[in-house]
Amino acid sequence: MIVSWRMVVGSLSWSLLASTVMADEKSSNDPYRLNLSPGVTDISGQVYDLHMLMFGICVVIAALVFGAMFIAIWRHRKSRGAQAAHFHENVKVEIAWTVIPFIILIVMAVPAARTLIAMEDTSEPDLTILITGSQWKWHYRYMDREVEYYSRLASQPEQIANKLSKGANYLLEVDRPLVLPTDKKVRFLMTSDDVIHSWWVPAFAVKKDANPGFINEAWTKINQPGIYRGQCAELCGKDHGFMPIVVIAKAPDEYERWISQQEAIAREAKAEEQRLLSMNMGMDELMKKGEAVYQSTCAACHMPTGTGLPGVFPALKGSKITTQDQAAHIDIVVHGKSGTAMQAFGKQLSLAELAAVITYERNAWGNNTGDMVQAKDVNAVINGN
Amino acid sequence: MSEATEHLDHAHSHHHPSGIKRWLYTTNHKDIGTLYLWFAFIMFLTGGAMAMVIRAELFQPGLQIVEPNFFNQMTTVHGLIMVFGAVMPAFTGLANWLVPMMIGAPDMALPRMNNWSFWILPFAFLILLSSLFLEGGGPAFGWTFYAPLSTQYSADSTALFVFSVHIMGASSIMGAINVIVTIFNMRAPGMTWMKLPLFVWTWLITAFLLIAVMPVLAGAVTMVLTDKFFGTSFFNAAGGGDPVMFQHIFWFFGHPEVYIMILPAFGIISQIVPTFSRKKLFGYASMVYATASIALLSFIVWAHHMFTTGMPLVGEMFFMFATMLISVPTGVKVFNWVATMWRGSLSFEVPMLFAIAFIVLFTIGGLSGLMLAITPVDFQYHDTYFVVAHFHYVLVTGAVFSIMAAVYYWLPKWTGHMFDVTLAKWHFWCSLISVNVLFFPMHFVGLAGMPRRIPDYALQFADFNKWISIGGFAFGLSQLIFLAVLIKACRKQGVPVDDRVWEGAEGLEWQELPSPAPYHSFETPPVIK
Repeated sequence: MIVSWRMVVGSLSWSLLASTVMADEKSSNDPYRLNLSPGVTDISGQVYDLHMLMFGICVVIAALVFGAMFIAIWRHRKSRGAQAAHFHENVKVEIAWTVIPFIILIVMAVPAARTLIAMEDTSEPDLTILITGSQWKWHYRYMDREVEYYSRLASQPEQIANKLSKGANYLLEVDRPLVLPTDKKVRFLMTSDDVIHSWWVPAFAVKKDANPGFINEAWTKINQPGIYRGQCAELCGKDHGFMPIVVIAKAPDEYERWISQQEAIAREAKAEEQRLLSMNMGMDELMKKGEAVYQSTCAACHMPTGTGLPGVFPALKGSKITTQDQAAHIDIVVHGKSGTAMQAFGKQLSLAELAAVITYERNAWGNNTGDMVQAKDVNAVINGN
Repeated sequence: MSEATEHLDHAHSHHHPSGIKRWLYTTNHKDIGTLYLWFAFIMFLTGGAMAMVIRAELFQPGLQIVEPNFFNQMTTVHGLIMVFGAVMPAFTGLANWLVPMMIGAPDMALPRMNNWSFWILPFAFLILLSSLFLEGGGPAFGWTFYAPLSTQYSADSTALFVFSVHIMGASSIMGAINVIVTIFNMRAPGMTWMKLPLFVWTWLITAFLLIAVMPVLAGAVTMVLTDKFFGTSFFNAAGGGDPVMFQHIFWFFGHPEVYIMILPAFGIISQIVPTFSRKKLFGYASMVYATASIALLSFIVWAHHMFTTGMPLVGEMFFMFATMLISVPTGVKVFNWVATMWRGSLSFEVPMLFAIAFIVLFTIGGLSGLMLAITPVDFQYHDTYFVVAHFHYVLVTGAVFSIMAAVYYWLPKWTGHMFDVTLAKWHFWCSLISVNVLFFPMHFVGLAGMPRRIPDYALQFADFNKWISIGGFAFGLSQLIFLAVLIKACRKQGVPVDDRVWEGAEGLEWQELPSPAPYHSFETPPVIK
């Protein structure tokens, strides 16, 4: 208790200092951080104030109750010769300690309701992002622009396995962060492809469940450019702890440049894909690319060695699908298998990536079918030929 | 604690089997109470061992000891065992021992059902634990088993989970029926409602809660079963169902369940505090009314567990205000306990130590509960370690501490001998210190942003998690002291006690029964003054 006491005192003085320079990367990485962050939106500031108000009231109530109790423990001890009094009810006192807490509750309820109403008002957004959770990554689609992508954990499996040293943002880093403009009202639409996930960025005070088959709404308006990190907050299976969220907030003009650039890149990639349809890749190229795709996309469930998790995720090593009918193999990768955790990767990966990973699965770990799958084979399945 | 009572039974020309058959066939409320309590303690150690696995993995960042899938099985089964295997059976065991003695009855009203309701329990937990060894492992979807993680995305062992929850539910319902029938029909003449000891009152209300909500849980697990194995779509949006509906059904059971695990604790503390204050309980009537209002309110607050699921604004407001209301009757209880101690003549025997720790630490858990009720702030707290800290303060330093207080309080009455007080004090102080090292820093990591149910975490949480794990191991080891005290007590190593045991104890079990209490508590009803 002594230790945590010193930490409390230390951090109180620390947080007073820090309140002026809040919300930078350093403060969110402080190992002895004890409190909520005031965040970088008006709403998150209100939430922080509410939290401190509630905390203050609770501390006062606790001090009064425990104070009275410890006075009794100290002064009304039998060992000090205390004689027990005989009172055992007092209507006035009992009414008082029913009514006064009720009044305190009303004092709490008014600002809470006001903030809540503001948080739930998603009307008139400047832009809308559709956030889709799936095991175990986030997908972002800019509803008004031609940009969409997946965002996955960027920390290395070797770091998780303690074979490589861990960076400062271990487990809080992704390959492609969500980029948002500051000073604009951003509306989030949340849904899920499989189980329930929950999209949470503490600095915005936004946490909303992504429910399969339903769409939830939330919004934010970021006041400061910066990098903000969060995590999935609803248990979503094996790698629930490994699907972080990173948001980069840019000034509106910078954001505009970025999003236009992304649209151009997306157009070029599509054209490139069409061009590749007529080309064949060699076995070495397919295997090399396929292994990279497999490790980042498939290995979480089917395991890096293709053995799966017995009873949970099927093995690919020596399985019927990966060693026999090639068309069925392409079909399950592209369309997924409904009612199971096997997702439809047709929209998640490019044709070349799909071709490579399927080739890899048919030839790695002793599967040795010798089959080569090309982008045009995958394209044929996607187009239903 | 039962051999000594044997000669009394022979005197009444009872014959009952000895050895294992005695326990298998017993219909005696004390024997069954003892079985329940030992079973609860074994489950407490089993669930605790799983908590040790969790804390060992979380001792430092990175994955060291277990795979994430197994980690999820540990958090799930730890929760199920502690709720359904430790806390609830321990309270049922206490009710079995104490209700007949407190109301002046010879035994429970339905002794054969009493036997059955206990003896199906070990099988429920054997089924649950055996699922851990199946291909794909046991339940890994949290003790709250949210669909569709528990349906389309779970291992096949889910069927065993469902079956074992059904058995636990049947056991709880039978136990509750027995308590209600006993209290309604077997009170001694003159034991009017407003003379009932508070432990009896709180258990009566708890029993009604159990009968109301355990069938809801049974319905929820059955729907999970049919969704997973028989193609129904209760919780599957693709088939016209709704995964959020699962959460409404689950928490309609789950929130009253929380009070099922704390109301008997309120009763215990209300028995112990007056004894060691040598003063009557302050505000008896208001205690009864407060318990009843908490029980009623518990049916209209369930969705405060679900603020982030995307409820309508009006729904969020309603559940926020209703939840805040619960703090009024709960506050009344705490104030009453403090007022009972005020100007009393206090002494600090082991049961009182646990009771005082309960009042302080449960109140901390209650206050963080009030903070969690505030919807806009709950968005930040929800599913973080702040919640984990909150419910462990109310369940471990609340419910579990009250059970320990109760065992120390009534153990001399049960055995006729005083337990080893020195060891018991060691148990108390080690538990008190370690439990706070364990759960208090969880508030901090939660506020700093650490989600619950994760097997690995960002580096900024490392320092506190190390302390939490150390506290966890220390708390786990402290319970072995408790085991030593209990074994010594059952062997009756200790000075014999007089009938009243504690100087300030009031009530039929202290004033009308010898220590140890006879096999059939009251063969003729006592006279109630």
